[in-house]
Amino acid sequence: MRPYKNKKEYSRYLLERLYQEADYPLTAMEVCGTHTVAIARSGLRELLPEKIRLISGPGCPVCVTDDADLDYAIALAREKKVVLATFGDMMRVPGTTSSLQEEKSRGAGVRIVYSPTDALVLASENPHLEVVFLAVGFETTVPAVAVALEEAIQRGLKNFTVLSLHKLVPPVMEALLEDPEVKIDAFINPGHVCTILGSEPFQFVAERYGKSCVITGFEAVDILEALLMIVRQYRENRPAVEIQYRRAVRPDGNPVARAFIEKYFIPVPVRWRGIGEVPGSGLVLREEYAEWDATRRFSLSVAPGKRRGNCACGEVLKGLKLPYECPLFGKACTPVKPVGPCMVSTEGSCAAYYRYGERKVGGAI
Amino acid sequence: MKKTEQDEIILLGHGSGGTLTHQLVKTVFQDAFENSILDEMLDAALLNLPHGRIAFTTDSFVVDPIFFPGGDIGKLAICGTVNDLVVSGAKPLYLSAAFIIEEGFPLSDLRQIVVSMREAASDAGVSVVAGDTKVVGRGSADKIFINTTGIGLIPEGCHLSPRRIRSGDAVIVSGSLGEHGLAILAQREGLAFTTPVVSDCTPLHRLVAAVLDGGGKGVRCMRDPTRGGLATTLNELAAQSGQGILVQEELLPVRREVAGGCEMLGIDPLYLANEGKLIVVVAPEVVARVLERMRSLPEGRGAVQIGRVIENEPGFVLLETELGATRILTMLEGEPLPRIC
Repeated sequence: MRPYKNKKEYSRYLLERLYQEADYPLTAMEVCGTHTVAIARSGLRELLPEKIRLISGPGCPVCVTDDADLDYAIALAREKKVVLATFGDMMRVPGTTSSLQEEKSRGAGVRIVYSPTDALVLASENPHLEVVFLAVGFETTVPAVAVALEEAIQRGLKNFTVLSLHKLVPPVMEALLEDPEVKIDAFINPGHVCTILGSEPFQFVAERYGKSCVITGFEAVDILEALLMIVRQYRENRPAVEIQYRRAVRPDGNPVARAFIEKYFIPVPVRWRGIGEVPGSGLVLREEYAEWDATRRFSLSVAPGKRRGNCACGEVLKGLKLPYECPLFGKACTPVKPVGPCMVSTEGSCAAYYRYGERKVGGAI
Repeated sequence: MKKTEQDEIILLGHGSGGTLTHQLVKTVFQDAFENSILDEMLDAALLNLPHGRIAFTTDSFVVDPIFFPGGDIGKLAICGTVNDLVVSGAKPLYLSAAFIIEEGFPLSDLRQIVVSMREAASDAGVSVVAGDTKVVGRGSADKIFINTTGIGLIPEGCHLSPRRIRSGDAVIVSGSLGEHGLAILAQREGLAFTTPVVSDCTPLHRLVAAVLDGGGKGVRCMRDPTRGGLATTLNELAAQSGQGILVQEELLPVRREVAGGCEMLGIDPLYLANEGKLIVVVAPEVVARVLERMRSLPEGRGAVQIGRVIENEPGFVLLETELGATRILTMLEGEPLPRIC
């Protein structure tokens, strides 16, 4: 690839190359929500050759949080003396009957934090409260939670627990590849996740399924570069796992961070909203740290609520439908009053489509 | 041991209307806002208004934290209302200031806030001529809320309105975006950025005068992009004028530290509040003069044309991205919440 002169010029060059070289129709899935937003923000989709179709995968850890998990978090927040410390994105995610935002308005203990360390500080400054950190995110966010946990254990902070709803990316990619309905030729892989995992855990995508995989940065030029790498792999019929995001990702990722994850967490099967149960795709605290696990500290039993019908989030997450093909999109479901999680998160595909009006633009001027 | 001013707090009695209230009004408010109308201490301020069209506006201020880099709730309460008047083309004349204070609020903080108000009012050339104080029990309000109401006079021949916007007009912004919103968010959440972000809170009367002086009748309308940021204000202009607005992403002024902070939090600076910025829509023939006049002032040094009014897509704001694609810039939906990864 040529070195950058300036981004605009380089993007034009990459687009030209794509037009020249993309001679087969191909469908690439961006796995990560940050890519979804970058694509929408830059208007990239409308500039691509028609042969290249981009679909948004299950790339936002907020989007894929299951109703039942949220109901459980809400039940915890309603408990006396409990403060549920959560990232802002989780506030509007609907459970079966309510959301953390609604519960906060009703007086439940919910606090927005920016890092697990903030939750730790909250716990140490308020010994009379039980602080539960709602840990949501892919591999990127787990090490920081592990570090906070280690500190809590070392300091003997008894009023700090973790509700781990962490999810893992490689198992869900495998589940998508196993689903006969899902037609994907290539993956635009999440750069941040791969700073931790490296490229090794994704080799199965190329080796077992014969699909391309490019680990990609978050600027529009990164995505264009990755698409060109995918097109070239496709033309040369050599599916591989390549790193476009070289400025941040090493093939072996970050072994120290991974060791931290493995020390405290263990993979389990978990439910993903819209996808269902995926083996080995969630993380819970290991048995020896049960004392800091919210599910074991507060043995709540939450009756299963009624899941919402009609919402096409599941198919959107699998790339089977585009957001505006959902009957609720922009009508019963908007960012102000979201029904499905893809509309809730700033990085959900539906919110990105709604916010940046991808359906309306293109050739209007 | 004698109590110092530092130890003194607001008591429920300060809102009772009795001796304590009178003392508070005299020593904190009247002494600070000193003017002959307020000094009458009547139930209503009696104003001699020149003949003409009056601009009248009100705004309440509940910001948390009440002290932030670049200002405090007092400065904001004056600038916010003054700016609502001046962007309507009015010369601000009189303000009222009403306080709802939580029991236990430190008197020294109240004094600091009132001093900020006095300085901002004197800078903007307005008098605070009426006021009110209520004290509510602990927990019934968050520290202090302030409402300011303002009256201004619209000069003869000044008719600013989005209805005057025409296709081909230029859209100008007076400087970099998102600073107030990010400063508040960073302070509220205890986020430390390497370069601290400071609120842009400032009165805009000089800048507005410069715009009107440079652009004359070519100035169509002005707005200060506060809550909801530039994107929301442009959407209001598009909706009220029935025209489309096209802005160029690469021309939008956003400071590096703001862009970095927003990226970290997953927030778009185009949706963050500004408290000292001006959006101006002007006829193409006066753009150069208006920009020159704006840039001659500190609060307009970063003025730049960011886009233009277009005929198609009426009611919509379009953004031409750095890649050369166009997308719709929508209004703010809900509260900008930080993202998680």
